[in-house]
Amino acid sequence: MLIAAALSALLALAVLGVAAGAEMWRHRLIYFCCMIASLVLLAGGIKHLGQTPGTGPAIVLPIGLPWLAAHFRLDNLSALFMVVVNLAAAATSAYGIGYCSHLPEPRRVTPFYPLFLFGMNAVLIADDAFMFLVAWEFMSLASWLLVLADHKNAENRHAAFVYLVMACFGTFCLLTCFGLMAGGEGAYSFPAMRAAKLDGVSGFLVVLLALLGAGSKAGLVPLHAWLPLAHPAAPSHVSALMSGVMTKVALYGLIRILFDLHGEVNWAWGAVMMVIGGITAVMGVLYAILQDDLKKLLAYSTVENIGVVMIGLGLAIAFKGSGEKTLAALALVAGLYHIVNHSIFKTLWFLSAGAVITATGERDLGKLGGLAKRMPWNGVAALVGALAIAALPPLNGFVSEWLIFQSLFKGPSLPHWAMKFGVPVVGAMLALAAALAAACFVRAYGIAFLGRPRSQAAAEAHQVPASMRLTVAFLAVMCVVLGAIPVTVTDALSHVVTPLTGVQFAVSADLGWPWLSPVSSTRGSYSGTVLVMTGLGLCAVTLMLARLLGTSRLRRADAWDCGHKEDIPQSQYTGQSFSQPLRRVFCASIFAARESVDMPDPGDNRPAELKVRVIDPIWVGLYATIGRAVDFIADLVNRIQYLTVRRYLLMMFTTLVLMLLVVAVRQNQ
Amino acid sequence: MSAIAWQLLQIVLVVAVSPLITGWVRLVKSRLNGRIGASPFQPYRDIYRLLQKEAVVAHSASWIFRTAPYVTFGAVWLAACIVPAFTTNLFLAQAADLIALVALLGLARFWTALAGMDIGTSFGGLGASREMMIASLAEPAMLMVTFSLSLISGTTAPAQIIAFILSGGVGIEVSLGLALAALVMVAIAENGRIPIDNPATHLELTMVHEAMVLEYSGRHLALMEGAGMVRLTLFMALIGGLFAPWGMAQAGDGAVAVLVGLGAFLAKCFILATALGVFETSIAKMRVFRYADFLGGALLLGLLATIFLYVSEAV
Repeated sequence: MLIAAALSALLALAVLGVAAGAEMWRHRLIYFCCMIASLVLLAGGIKHLGQTPGTGPAIVLPIGLPWLAAHFRLDNLSALFMVVVNLAAAATSAYGIGYCSHLPEPRRVTPFYPLFLFGMNAVLIADDAFMFLVAWEFMSLASWLLVLADHKNAENRHAAFVYLVMACFGTFCLLTCFGLMAGGEGAYSFPAMRAAKLDGVSGFLVVLLALLGAGSKAGLVPLHAWLPLAHPAAPSHVSALMSGVMTKVALYGLIRILFDLHGEVNWAWGAVMMVIGGITAVMGVLYAILQDDLKKLLAYSTVENIGVVMIGLGLAIAFKGSGEKTLAALALVAGLYHIVNHSIFKTLWFLSAGAVITATGERDLGKLGGLAKRMPWNGVAALVGALAIAALPPLNGFVSEWLIFQSLFKGPSLPHWAMKFGVPVVGAMLALAAALAAACFVRAYGIAFLGRPRSQAAAEAHQVPASMRLTVAFLAVMCVVLGAIPVTVTDALSHVVTPLTGVQFAVSADLGWPWLSPVSSTRGSYSGTVLVMTGLGLCAVTLMLARLLGTSRLRRADAWDCGHKEDIPQSQYTGQSFSQPLRRVFCASIFAARESVDMPDPGDNRPAELKVRVIDPIWVGLYATIGRAVDFIADLVNRIQYLTVRRYLLMMFTTLVLMLLVVAVRQNQ
Repeated sequence: MSAIAWQLLQIVLVVAVSPLITGWVRLVKSRLNGRIGASPFQPYRDIYRLLQKEAVVAHSASWIFRTAPYVTFGAVWLAACIVPAFTTNLFLAQAADLIALVALLGLARFWTALAGMDIGTSFGGLGASREMMIASLAEPAMLMVTFSLSLISGTTAPAQIIAFILSGGVGIEVSLGLALAALVMVAIAENGRIPIDNPATHLELTMVHEAMVLEYSGRHLALMEGAGMVRLTLFMALIGGLFAPWGMAQAGDGAVAVLVGLGAFLAKCFILATALGVFETSIAKMRVFRYADFLGGALLLGLLATIFLYVSEAV
């Protein structure tokens, strides 16, 4: 009941947001109320996470299609995603309290923000296809409006346009997908779809359309093109929600269809999803390494992480389709764990980026530097987030990647040859993506937060308001907690996985708390808790030994730098120079990355220039081609725009005759 | 109970013998170069001398720079405690497996690279950038080695892999050979040895690891150098343990078996260190952009090691 109240409150807040006007305290109050609503929804999610499957609260409202009331239900999977969504939403709302006054036009953000939260939560609890799609569109359109918040910037308008086109494409695919599952009678409620049997062709099409529809929202390569345009264009707390949470709602749709409604997905789809996931992960992180815009970099990193989750989901489908239910549950737990983790550390980084923009007005890495000293809170929190994204122990990102690796390593036990040879290749891609993510975030953190300030704005950066600092600190603590007590998390996740895979499963079955031992105690185990304790102990011993054997004297001096004195901060490594070796090694063939040096002749006073050319193969190869094709067809169609009335009448008549012919032929059959 | 005792012994042992192993490699290299060379115990004196000196920290350094030596040393030390050196009966054997080992080394590298960028000098950035490029290929290669070992033995825990090999569960396999080759190549890269990096270089532009720690002095430098030495020992224990586990004591073995294990460990380190010295003397350092070929080769070898398992099964 509280959940329904919180959702209605969000709708009401959207209306109030319109009336907020120019007074800042009203905006702050609305964000505060959003935070309370999110916390209520979070508590609701946590409460129902461990419920016995099939006992979740349900509600039927007399709205929607005339012959189909609106069905809502909160089952275990919905509860988990409700936790994911609202944990991040509570943080971004709290952040918004301080951040809204720094926005250029807060009145274009505040009304749509609660609407966006409402849309995402409604997708999760929808129990029929109609409500699901309505809520899905709420989410898409509200976020589209938020992308357009700073509409005076032409780049943002372009981003919003591409986003709208891709959102329409995604919804179209999902609509068709649900249509196929509903069958001829139009059984749109989820229980009816679950009961229905799909024949071969429609079963195939349902999976394909679900992958296209949810995949385009989640940002799978090659459907990711809108994501790095739209996510950075929105205000930072909305970027955090779009990247950290909305992509997860898309994955929720995918899991709902593939694991719950469809029920019998062929194992080969799992193999396909793993390969797509692997490609998405590697491409995403390579794109990220090439970016100089901090928010674009983060958006591409989201693409990478979605790829990592897809590898886990694909494995789960492959195991489930081959009858290996326990391993399917393990892979699904791994994927869900990564979903939870990514929602936290990506929110953390986008909020940090927002703080950086607030403090300096810059989001170009080349103009930042030295912020760890000027903004200590954000410096520490962003470092924790970077370590988590780079999948380093003892943080949460490592645990989920560890679980994905553990389940990948069991992949070759499947009887299919495609899996035996494919899984090692996907494993190599995942490992490559993880290692490149570390390089990417050493670059992002090292350039933005360390070194000397590269611009006046960075040198004069100031602390941001308390609500913005406390939220990133909270999220950083969550990263540590979820990494240090992994078993508690996997136990909660196994409640979600049980109804989807039909098997009781605990990752810690063999050794108990706090040991993660996915298959058995002798098959490899991990304990973040023990590792953290020992590591801290060893670090303390190191510190003591160094003090005991040596001196603790310390002197501050100029940097030595091999005797070179570098006074201008521009002599430091920049984002471009940091990524140069990686660009040469990895991007020379995929992105056709080339460098050319323009060296003026002796006596010429022009400065020498280094030009870097990078071609996005997917945009140029796929999207630009489609764009040209659409233009071409539009030109052809354009000709019928200027006909005489007589010709239009003739066309209508011809169409009518053709339709009648079709009807006649069909009746005769 | 014995697991805890042996674990404590290993914690002390890896730190105690590491400088000696590094000193031995240096001695072998100097003898091959026709020099008399310093005593193999010289690294102990070097570290003690550095600890006595005051630490000089640049004005522009943040807390990252000052914590990096402790985090790096702590992470590498922890990683070295996980790899069974003389017995598989270790308390921490279940706390982390090979994947966690790779990640712990990654943590040390991440923090060191950040420290390199912290001062804001071009050499630091250069070192960090190149180190991350090398790691982006070396880390996947090591995970692929883990993958093939896990397929052979059914586990990712080093202690269990060693127990499996010792129990005679595996014969001579092509895959094992490929995995060994890949692991050796990774070890060379991770430890910054020739042909990837030269630990004794004095030419700034060819430095990788040294460029990152260029600004360190005093106790900070001692810890950074010490971390490098422990890392070398770690890889020797790993290669010696996984691919030549003979002599290793196991759960349930008494003190005598552990003594034999200790002797075997020291002998293996001695052989590997000598081999490393000979190898480093006999080849030249590579150009930076040849690293990708070398390490890409290691990654492919690791991948081939897994795929060959099925090929040999099918034949």
